[in-house]
Order: sequence, then structure tokens, then C-alpha cells
Amino acid sequence: MLKKLLIAALLMPALFAQAAEEVNVYSYRQAYLVEPLFAEFTKQTGIKVNVVFAKKGMAERLEREGKHSPADVLLTTDISRLIELHEKGLLQVNEDATITAAIPAQYRSNDNTWFALTTRARNIYSAKKLGDLTLNYEDLADPKWAGRICTRSGKHPYNVALVSSMIAAHGEADTLTWLKKVKANLARKPQGNDRGQVQAISQNLCDLSLGNSYYFGKMLNDDKQKVWADAVNINFPNQENRGTHVNISGMGMAKFSPNADNAKALMTFLVSEQAQQMYAETNMEYPVRMGVKVSDLVASWGDFKADTLPLETIAKHRKTALKLLDQAKFDL
Amino acid sequence: MKLDSTRYNIAVWLIALALFAPVLVMVVEGLFSSSALLPHLWDTVLPTYIKNTLLLAVLVVFFALLFGIPSALLISFTNIKGKGILRWLLMLPLAMPAYLIAYLYTDLFDYAGPVQRYLRAFFDWQSPADYYFFDIRTITGASIMLALVLYPYIYLLARTAFDNQDQNQLNAARNLGLNAKQALLKVAVPLARPAIAVGVTLVAMETLADFATVQYFAVNTLTTAIYDTWLGYGDLASANLMASVLMMLILTVVVLEHRARAQQRHQSNRVAKQSAPIQLSLKGQIFANLFCWLLVGAGFLLPFVMLIDMSISYIEYARFETIKQAAINSFQLAVYTATVAVLLAILFAIYKRFSTSNGARFPLQISSFGYAIPGTVLAMALLSTLGPADNYLNYAIAALGFEEPGLLLSGTMFALVFALVVRFAAIANGALESGMAKIPQTLDLAPSSLGVSFKCAVTQIHLPLLKPSILVAWLMVFVEAMKELPAVLVLRPFNFDTLSTYIYQLISDEQLEQGAIGAVFIVVVGLIPVIWLNKEKQ
Repeated sequence: MLKKLLIAALLMPALFAQAAEEVNVYSYRQAYLVEPLFAEFTKQTGIKVNVVFAKKGMAERLEREGKHSPADVLLTTDISRLIELHEKGLLQVNEDATITAAIPAQYRSNDNTWFALTTRARNIYSAKKLGDLTLNYEDLADPKWAGRICTRSGKHPYNVALVSSMIAAHGEADTLTWLKKVKANLARKPQGNDRGQVQAISQNLCDLSLGNSYYFGKMLNDDKQKVWADAVNINFPNQENRGTHVNISGMGMAKFSPNADNAKALMTFLVSEQAQQMYAETNMEYPVRMGVKVSDLVASWGDFKADTLPLETIAKHRKTALKLLDQAKFDL
Repeated sequence: MKLDSTRYNIAVWLIALALFAPVLVMVVEGLFSSSALLPHLWDTVLPTYIKNTLLLAVLVVFFALLFGIPSALLISFTNIKGKGILRWLLMLPLAMPAYLIAYLYTDLFDYAGPVQRYLRAFFDWQSPADYYFFDIRTITGASIMLALVLYPYIYLLARTAFDNQDQNQLNAARNLGLNAKQALLKVAVPLARPAIAVGVTLVAMETLADFATVQYFAVNTLTTAIYDTWLGYGDLASANLMASVLMMLILTVVVLEHRARAQQRHQSNRVAKQSAPIQLSLKGQIFANLFCWLLVGAGFLLPFVMLIDMSISYIEYARFETIKQAAINSFQLAVYTATVAVLLAILFAIYKRFSTSNGARFPLQISSFGYAIPGTVLAMALLSTLGPADNYLNYAIAALGFEEPGLLLSGTMFALVFALVVRFAAIANGALESGMAKIPQTLDLAPSSLGVSFKCAVTQIHLPLLKPSILVAWLMVFVEAMKELPAVLVLRPFNFDTLSTYIYQLISDEQLEQGAIGAVFIVVVGLIPVIWLNKEKQ
């Protein structure tokens, strides 16, 4: 019995080696979003895509799997997760000319280990009854909004990145003061997610909220949530100065990628015009590839000026941002 | 009759150590934590987190006792109407995952939820300033939610204890002048204390290890600190240190409970003699029924109906293929986990009973530690354990001249089953241990006097007698494994969704409606063992 098992165990890798062409993905991105892209990729290339959808712990899993890790391509929803993978040495360089040509320099790392796929603006949603507003993130600290602002946890990566950009613009001390004042203006303890805040505005619980741009489109496309979205305007902050804070979703190639050629093929596909177009349409995000149009709905919100702050700077201030959030007891 | 096979000895200890390894890894990694982060946390948010954690545990236990003890008393000792059906209905909330009920109730009672919306429309209130409504996203709100799904542990254990109590003691108390209520409170409840203590421990452990529910309620606890430290600050070592502290806290509860249980031996072992039930007055009947039906309604019926309603209105979004595959995966995973956990628990229980060695109880104890660790932290510890194991395996195979096979343990079904067995071994161990304790010692002596072998004695006498405990253990682990979320999220293999992970993905994107059918399924599958369990108990 034991002998048989041992033989079976030894034969297994041989069987794996004979498997069809495939590529293995660890993804923080949601299934409904990337699965259509993978299906298209498989249709075009015949390469099967295997996915693990994760919520937490991708870096740790890769680290502990070490050189035997089966992962080829890593997808994340936030710049800091990409930087984390980079800092832990879990990525490898991909100099593929098609990819580097498609993505503007500010949306990929200097050493071509990670690449943005889409950008998403951090907007301020305002109650429609307030009319057209010109807002800066700094205005959220204005006492006139006392008891009128809603947000999700300050520790959510999207908010941490925003606070990091505030540190880059104003320094630590001023950012802490800003955080304390914003906290004092909150209508309720930070809770829920970005959609929940818009829902709260639609119910008169608050007047302003922070939220990513694509949620606006998603709510408009959902029968139940459309009433929430209909109650708000989407504002792009800081248009008269440094521009709206944007975060990215992105990808990297795993350091020990066992199917390196297929990994490169998938990455190339993800920046192709067709895939970028699919991203833009299904998730209402802004494609990074030049010349790819945003969806009609997104286009209807108008053009905006994005903060040109290098994404690496945001990632650098990340831990300081967390500390300031702790100090301001933002979530408590 | 004694067990002194060296091979058995070694096997039991090796298995116990394997189950203990992730706990050990977590503590050791914690010792290497950086010194910079903890003072910062201590100066800012940690005191509040600790206060919240303790308050939450105390409140959940309080509410769970408040729900569980009176209902058990009513079912065991009174003539409450609908006793037959309430008896098992009161257990149903056990099948409802806490994160689901949290989602449904916050949705229902939030400012923007239907209840407050209708109230506002009805009374023409415009803003929160116009009226008062309780805020559900508070520690009290979270405590009540958790207690609503956790009280069945206390109810179930207390009811069993009450049913098996020697009624002569109650009758004696009545004869000495106590009225029915006094007799129950001064005699029946204190006599059931050990069983109630076990229930309290389970409730407290579940509460302290919970993450999804408290996050949903925006209540920051020690688990929040663990996640912040690891995912935000990227300091897994410090997170491990905090998890170790949390585990110590939980173990303190366990030790206290064991002390309390030690008194169980002084209880009368006489067979229960059922005396006539206490007759409730009309007012009593109404109150008693109202109380029990409110518990069943709030803990199970209402959320279940809400889920069914959602499933029907969002039927066109349901991805039946995905749900079917996820259901198959969940089922397989739960069957494997329950089977392995129970087989190991039988091994440990036999060892504890028959081994001549002094440390015979340790394998059972150390293999139960995993229950005290939040699922995600346990998953991390497991990655740290299996990763190196995989590497050594590869070296060994390469040294034999074969090609390196890659990861054989981590990122596979093996890793998942291993993780869940570590997490839920405590449940199976507890059931088997107490089952074994009920078998009289005299039965151990009979076979040897008849010249029957040890193996034969155990398989012919003890295992058949253990059958009810084995079944209960298997079912309890099965339900928990079906519901388990965090460990599965981190450790699962490629293209592998369970019902929990599928629902969670949708919940985290505020779209439970689309996964409601999956949620109904998870509850229904969880119901089967709960009902079965009830039949066995009767």
C-alpha cells in the first residue's frame, strides 16, 4: 500500500508536466471582472487560465511557497499591494516591448516589474440637492461640513493611499490635523464600503462621501442601487490645483513563474487594446493604454485632471499614513 | 487492560505534534516581532481594541446565557406549548453563519435600511435628527447578533444536562419548601454548571476568533489589530505576537472551564427519573412562547426568509454552475475534515484511556489548541509550516535522483483539510473525550479477564458504545467546516470556490442578493446535521 502511494506521488509531477498549456494567476481582482478577460485569452491562445481569488495574504503565500510556487501572474487592486510584492522580491522583470510601449512610464515601475492596468479616481460624492460644487480634499476638514460626511474605514487601502497623497502634498503634521478635523465632521463612525456611503447620502444621513469612480457606474447599472446613485453628483476634487488622487489596479510576473512564456502572453493580452477596452466597459475604470476610450457612461462624467504624484511616493508614505490614522483614532 | 504498543505511542504523538505545529510556528514567529510597532499601537488604538474585545466577549456570553438558559429550562422542565417542535427549532440558528446574519441585519436596521425607511415614510421624518433609532453597528448590536447564532451551544448543552438530571434532587428541593422557580434556579441550574461552562467556552472562543462580523459592525477588536498589523503595516511577526496573546486569553477561559468541569464527577449518576412537568399559567405560557419564538424567529426564520426572498427576486443573476461546483467542493471539504478529525479524536481518546504513559492526556490537549486562533492567522501559520515541509520533501526527492515535484502539500486540498482539522479538532476531541468518560471503567477490565485481545476489546466494546459521540462529533465538525471562511480564502488551490468563499466575495462587494441562493444552500446543508443531532440526543 505504502509503496503504491509512493509511486503515485512520484508519478504525479510527470503527469503535471504533460498537462495542456496553462498559466496560473493569483488575483485580488474579483471573479466577475477578470473571468471574461481570461475566457477571451483562452479562446485566442488555447492557454488555460487557473485562478486563485484571494482577499488577503497573497504575498505571504508566495513567500512561503518559495521557488516551487506555481504562480505565474499576480493581479492586485491597489498600488501598495504591488509595491509590497516588489519589496519582498516576489516579482521578476518583464521587458516585453509590447507591454512597455503600451503603458505610460508613470504607470509602471522603473525596473518593469509591475504594471498598472487601469486607474481609478478617488472622488467626492455630494448630495444632488447641493448643486454643482467645487471641492478639494482639503475642504473635507471645513467645519461647515460638521456631521455631514460619510466614509468607509480609514484603514481601507483606498483611503490609506489618499492619506498618503495628502502627506506628500502637505507633510505629516498638517495631514494629522486634517484627519482629526475630517473625523470631527463625520456623520457616523467609518463603516461599510464605498457604495454604502452613497446609499447613506440618498437617505439624507450625510451630504458628502469618499468613493472610487467606477462604483458610480456600477450603481447606475444595478436596478436596486440606481436610486442611490441618482441622489448624488460625482465630483473630481482638486481640479484647480494638484489634481484628483488616482490609484491603480495592476499586474506583475511572479519571480519563480513556471510557465514564463504563457505568463508573458497573458500580460501582453491584458494590455492589448481589446482587453483594455473590456476592462473599461465592464468595470467603468480608466484604461492605462493610450488611445483606448473609456466607456460612454464614464465619458459622460467629463474629463478630469489626475494628480501626477508618482505612485511609488504614495506607497512610500503608506505606513506613515496608517500611523496618522491610528493617532487621529479615525476609525474609533 | 493497558495499551503499551510503541508503534501506537509514536504515531499518536507524531499526529498530535503535527496538529500543534502551526500553533508553535505562530508563537515562535511572534517572538521575532519588531519592537517599533507595538509601542505605537499601545499609545494609540490598542487599549480601545482590548477594551472592545473584552466587552464584546462578556456581552456575547451574557446574551447567549440570557437566550440559552431560560429556553433550555422551559423545554426541559415545563409544559410549554409546542414543546416538541420548539425543542429542535431552538437549535436552528447554529446553521446560520455569523457573517450572513450580520450582513442581513445591518442591511435591515441601518439608517438606509427598509425598517427605518418605512418608519420615516410613515411618520414623515426627514433626517436622523427627527427621531431616535438604535444604532445597530455598535458593540451591543454585534453582541446580540453573535449571541443569536451562538446561544444554541449553551441551549443544547444545558438542555441535555437538564434532561439527564436526577429529578429526586429537584423533588427534594421542592419538598424542603422551594417553589418551582426557586428549585430550578437554586438546584437545576447550578447542577448543570459544568455543561453550561462548556457552552460558554465555545461561545467565548468563537467570539474572540471572529473577524468578519465585527468588521461588518465597525467594531474594532484585537482581531482588527492583528489584521491591521499584518496587512497594513506588513508586520506579520507582530501580528503573530498579538494572535499569541489572544490565544493565551482564550486558553485562560479554557482552563477556567476545565476547572469548573472537574466538579462534574461529584454529580449524581443515578438514571434520570422524569417527574411531571411544571405547569405554566396562561400568562406564563404566553411569555414563554413569545420568548422562544422570538429567538427562533430572529436567529433563523427571519434571516432565512430574507435569503429566500432575495434568491427569488435575483434569480436571473444566479450562476447555477458556479454554485453547484462550490456546493460540491464545500461538501467534499467538510466530509474529509469531519472524517479525519473524528478518526484522530478516536485515536487520542483511546490513547488517553489506555496508555500507561504519564503524559497520555497531552496529545488530546495540544491538538485542540487550533480552535483558539482566528482562521486567517491559522492559515498564515499553516503556510509557514507547510512551505518548509514542502521544501524538505523536494530536497529529499531530488536527492533520490528524481525531478523535483514542486508543492505537494501547500496550495492543495491536503492543506485545506489539514487547516480545518487543526481548527476544529477541539470540537471532535471534546465530544469523544466526554463520550469515553461515560463508559464505565469496569468495562475495561472485563475483556482481559476473558482473555480477549486489546484490539478486539476496543472494536467490540468501546467503539460501539462511542457511536453516538462519534456521530455528534462528526456532524458538529461537518457544519463548522461547511461554514468556515477565512482559512479557506487564504489556502485554497487554483479554481476552487466553496459556498462560503463564493458568498463572501459577493457580500464584500455589497451584492449578496446575487449569491443568496448559495447562502440558502449553505444554511440548508447546515440544517441537516442540526436536525439529525437533535434526533440522536432524543
